[in-house]
Amino acid sequence: MKSDNTIYERYQRQIILKGFGEAGQRKLFQSKVLVVGAGGLGCPALQYLAAAGVGNIGVVDDDVVAMSNLHRQPLYSTGDIGFSKAEKAKHSLAKLNPGIKIIAYNKRLTTQNALAIIEVYDIVIDATDNFSSRYLINDACVLLNKPLVYGAVSQFEGQVALFNFQNEKGGIPVNYRDLFPEPPNVGEILNCAEAGVLGVLPGIIGAMQANEAIKLITGIGKVLVNSLLTYNALNNQVYEISLSARQGTSLLLPNTKDEFEGMDYGWLCASTNRRFEIDVSSFDQLRNATFVEIIDVRETNELPIPIGFDYTQIPLSTFRENIAGINNKTVIVFCQTGKRSLQAAQWLFETYGESKKIYSLQGGILNWLKNNPTQQA
Amino acid sequence: MTINIILFGQLTDITGAGSLTMKDVTDTDSLVVTLQIGYPALISSKFVIAVDKKVISGNTPLTNNCTVALLPPFSGG
Repeated sequence: MKSDNTIYERYQRQIILKGFGEAGQRKLFQSKVLVVGAGGLGCPALQYLAAAGVGNIGVVDDDVVAMSNLHRQPLYSTGDIGFSKAEKAKHSLAKLNPGIKIIAYNKRLTTQNALAIIEVYDIVIDATDNFSSRYLINDACVLLNKPLVYGAVSQFEGQVALFNFQNEKGGIPVNYRDLFPEPPNVGEILNCAEAGVLGVLPGIIGAMQANEAIKLITGIGKVLVNSLLTYNALNNQVYEISLSARQGTSLLLPNTKDEFEGMDYGWLCASTNRRFEIDVSSFDQLRNATFVEIIDVRETNELPIPIGFDYTQIPLSTFRENIAGINNKTVIVFCQTGKRSLQAAQWLFETYGESKKIYSLQGGILNWLKNNPTQQA
Repeated sequence: MTINIILFGQLTDITGAGSLTMKDVTDTDSLVVTLQIGYPALISSKFVIAVDKKVISGNTPLTNNCTVALLPPFSGG
């Protein structure tokens, strides 16, 4: 830490708060917070944690900055496109607050590295964008007994909760699996790339996650323990529900380090297998053949609209009702990123078995358009 | 007996509304079945149920004017 005067000046506006004081500031400086995911939720969470003077911050992300991230990830600038998010986040945060220590983990959290990374932190913030990571992080935090600040968004709504924290009232701490015991199947839930998200929403939810972490560290206020807060950005409605530990949750959790390392979180969230997938070049070879029927399983009004081949639209939400009307012997289904189309392919297979050749476009139409950038209406 | 139902996330895309009311259902199981008959896409949707702001597990009796919330998991970030 630099001279006391500089420190006092930087944090003066929060130090003077009732109940916060220099003691609160010291607690922040001594704390260690790991933020998993440096995207829409992670950026604001990281910015406020760093600005507030959390002394040790870890950032985990294996992704690179993309143009479509910038509307909700203001930690990055246009010149950062293509560079590591973890590294760029560290760079920006170090400029924001040179008095704190930031460690960038330019990697994906896996069953093999998660425990070693999480172990050294006091609090974990789940700012990821997929169920595999969410269940992995939850299970690791339960195993290591680390408080987990959960946040998630979809379109105009967000959820925040503090899991795995024993409050003074005692009782069994609630974890993510008490709320949602098992991950949904592919296609049941859309991610941001498929469902869209209002840019400011993860900003609000990520800042709320930082707020929960700061309250937890400093001991001020009331944290979201045993409750889930939902926020609707369209009508400003906040709805808080209370959670309780569920019988049977412990059966779903790995009980030891070995059990955790043996878990397959990728599979958990993709119960339909990927044998139907075809890559872009195979798709391009097949797409104009007369014997092939191509089906867009996205909901109506989803963009972009591809051009250059014929297709019909059967949204996933009504796919099973319409499955009997699919006549061709060869069917290719596609969606935005290739997840919902896998579900559609699985349903086609359940209905038609080997009597049809069934394919799902890997990476969805967004991936196809990367290779065919002019082919959209 | 009137039950207030509020829906979150993409469940509202299925029902077309964020809130509904239902008469003469006595427990959460029959409420869900009635909803699924009206909105078949709910059959393949995952959600937790909260009755009067408390998450429940298992079939739970409903009382007049209570509020049932259906919350799907969100993965986005």
